[in-house]
Amino acid sequence: MTDRTVSPAPRAHRGSTRGGSHVVAHLVLSVGGFLMMFPFLWQIIMSLSTNAEVQSVVPHLWPAAIQWHNYAAVFDRLSFLPQLRTSVVITLIRVGAQVLLCTLAGYAFARMRFRGRGVLLGVTLSILMVPSQAFLISQYQIVQGLGWLDTVAGIVAPGLFSAFGTFLMRTAFLNMPLELEEAAQLDGASPVRVFWSIMLPLARPTISVLVITSSLWSWNELLWPLVVSTRQEAMPLPAGIATLVSNLDTDYPVVMAASMLAMAPILILFVLLQRRVIDGLAPSGLK
Amino acid sequence: MWAQARAPAPHPRNPSLTRGPRGCGAGGPQRGRDGAWPWLFVLPLLSGIVVFYLWPIVQTFYFSFTEWGVFGGSTWTGLQNYTRLITDPDLYRSIGNTLIYTVIVLLGVPVAIYIASLLNTPRLRFASFYRVLFFLPYIAMPTAVAMVWRMIFNGDFGILNYVLARVGIDGPYWTSTPGFAIVAVAIVGLWSSLGFAIIVLGAGLKTIPPELFEAAELDGASPWRRFTSITVPLLTPSIFFVVIVTVIACFQVFDLLYAILGSTNVALPKSMTLVYFFYQEGFVNNQKGYASAIAMAIFLVIGLATLAQFRLQKRWVNSD
Repeated sequence: MTDRTVSPAPRAHRGSTRGGSHVVAHLVLSVGGFLMMFPFLWQIIMSLSTNAEVQSVVPHLWPAAIQWHNYAAVFDRLSFLPQLRTSVVITLIRVGAQVLLCTLAGYAFARMRFRGRGVLLGVTLSILMVPSQAFLISQYQIVQGLGWLDTVAGIVAPGLFSAFGTFLMRTAFLNMPLELEEAAQLDGASPVRVFWSIMLPLARPTISVLVITSSLWSWNELLWPLVVSTRQEAMPLPAGIATLVSNLDTDYPVVMAASMLAMAPILILFVLLQRRVIDGLAPSGLK
Repeated sequence: MWAQARAPAPHPRNPSLTRGPRGCGAGGPQRGRDGAWPWLFVLPLLSGIVVFYLWPIVQTFYFSFTEWGVFGGSTWTGLQNYTRLITDPDLYRSIGNTLIYTVIVLLGVPVAIYIASLLNTPRLRFASFYRVLFFLPYIAMPTAVAMVWRMIFNGDFGILNYVLARVGIDGPYWTSTPGFAIVAVAIVGLWSSLGFAIIVLGAGLKTIPPELFEAAELDGASPWRRFTSITVPLLTPSIFFVVIVTVIACFQVFDLLYAILGSTNVALPKSMTLVYFFYQEGFVNNQKGYASAIAMAIFLVIGLATLAQFRLQKRWVNSD
């Protein structure tokens, strides 16, 4: 993408070495890219094969007859639909809550004056240093105490609050010009109005980074949903897929189809939004 | 916070951290005007942070000095969990496995530097297409890709052993042989984290002025020479960032191990990583006091590893 915006070098520079290096680059990148994609391609092939083909010692590179019914079996025989619904619901709730709470707090930490601001900010950010396992047992106790095991509430609760998101949004608000805000304040706009009508729209690029990182995390996370849900129907997809093999024994093509369907939504979404995702995930703070 | 650990963490030397907000000092003309408003903005977040993060870390620390009965209730046992932990062979085995996993995944960093520099080639066609190919494994659900890799690694009919057999190598039962199992999981870890490294390093490469490469080329420097004398030295801050984030994420690996090996795997007791060890004790053996002590150990190990890297950073990272 950027390559096209780089101003073309003078013709004299375009020697044989440069043409040659492009051949090497295309060769390495296409072979490497194929290796990276191979597991996905192999998964699609296996998901459309019979169980006998999947388990044959000499691999079948293409099924003799395409077995679409493996995908139908995912819906008929597994708890896939309830799990998909749980995944969608928990992702929407967590992303929504993180955007709301982190922009509010990030804005206050960046732009408002109040007693204890520095300490509260320091305490919030210090959580970033702690691995999640150090919270997990106590979080489990709390959720269990509330009677939230095997519920959406239990899965989403800790993830509604994000120290990382607060840090991200605070940084974004810190780097915005003060003038617009001051003008609005002079006109008598309330802090809520200034925040909602002026600052939030300006923060949109950073909010999209927060949406991307939190939805990716929420969709793919395994450990927490696994410990707070025990019933197949209550689990989101990652926990459902991870515990699927023991339940389904060895119907491999159906397992392949189920895991394909589980990751497809976010893959498709992210390929469509790839520029934003890639820019958002490459930390902007790098030199 | 693994996905959060996998997702970009803030840059350790992000300048915006130290840049204070303009006009926010005490005693400004608007002092006192904010009144109760700030609390309305921060309290929703802070209450959740206190309930679900601050209190839990204090409580987990307390739990680490207790033993839990089968039917609930816990008794104070002082340092007993910790003395048990430092003599538990599972601790050292899981640290060893975590280190093996981390080292193998870090082997991807040089590969990522090379791939990122190829993607950065001026006027390279299909660059954004290639970038997506390398990037997709990073965003794919770890437990779902684990299912495919189980098939690829399968000792009886997996395609990996088939390919190895064709070149005369008798492949092992990858996922059920102690020693091979963690290597198999680490190969998947490398595959899935490569995309993140490529993206971060690619962003770092864009900050290197192209004139440097052109000047070096005019002076007759070979592509390899340009790579080792310009690309790598100027990229060290990004490389450092990638290494830090990768190590922290590797030390917390759980999803891939859980999903590739499966809970009934015979090789599992010998292939546990630190976080798996924690999960096993806390939620399978239901020893929450002991697991709390393990969690504190994980905290300590990650803290020490990060500190060590920041120390070593001065030796090899170009900061100007």
